[in-house]
Amino acid sequence: MDKPGTALLVMGCPEVPTQTSVVLYLANKLNKAGIDVTVAGTDAALKLTKVADPEGFYIKKTDDVDETIAQMAEKKLDFDLVFAFMHSDAGVVYAATITALSHAKVFALVFGKNAETLAEAIDFPAEKVVAKATHNPTPLKNKLDKVLQQQVIA
Amino acid sequence: MSCIEQMKYDLLLERISFKEAREYIEKNSDEVYYVNPGYRIFKDYYVIGIPPVAIGAKGDDLIFTYVKPCHGTFVMKIRSPEEIEHLRENERKKVMESLKKNGKPEDATKAPAASYQDMWKK
Repeated sequence: MDKPGTALLVMGCPEVPTQTSVVLYLANKLNKAGIDVTVAGTDAALKLTKVADPEGFYIKKTDDVDETIAQMAEKKLDFDLVFAFMHSDAGVVYAATITALSHAKVFALVFGKNAETLAEAIDFPAEKVVAKATHNPTPLKNKLDKVLQQQVIA
Repeated sequence: MSCIEQMKYDLLLERISFKEAREYIEKNSDEVYYVNPGYRIFKDYYVIGIPPVAIGAKGDDLIFTYVKPCHGTFVMKIRSPEEIEHLRENERKKVMESLKKNGKPEDATKAPAASYQDMWKK
């Protein structure tokens, strides 16, 4: 894989605390690797990141997730990497949609109490990163670190 | 917010899984068409779903899935002969293309246009 230049981080519903924390962590890692990061999510999910990162130190570009999908469907937007966060059926559906619309390498970050069951339902082409993390982001962060080291920031 | 939320709609099912929604559409529509995610209906709704995404027609009503990240999948019904005609027109184009390619039509109505796995083989 050529060195990626752009990445999209797709947030699901922000009700599981792990997500916001790992999104900020991952954005920082990718920024440091020279990758241009866009974070897409619902209004509430984006507000959580904006309050946590008020000066945009970690997250520089954001967009509404449905608007991002519209742009991708119109072939006006695409990325080299997609990191899709999911802990529910709806999260899987959004990730499948983006995978179908994009040429990116897709990483499915599956977390929450039903992570393993949910991961089994994913049969679109994505690298799965699965951790039963709800409040504590460390299990997901550690697995993500390994994948980033092996496949993205070598 | 999509224009759909400002239209006159009926909610047929709420907060279900996408699989349940697809099965409902397949069982409760007169005609079923399968589209790729990102297919646009009405002014600005790009369909979100696991491909192939089922859209149904029953009389003049379009029956389709609507997904919200925090609320799951809904099945909605909106009266729209125009959108139904658009789906039929798309289907006619697909059949004409398959006729040109293979010499025989692919009947995509009431059957997925492609298998689930085929959707990923671009």
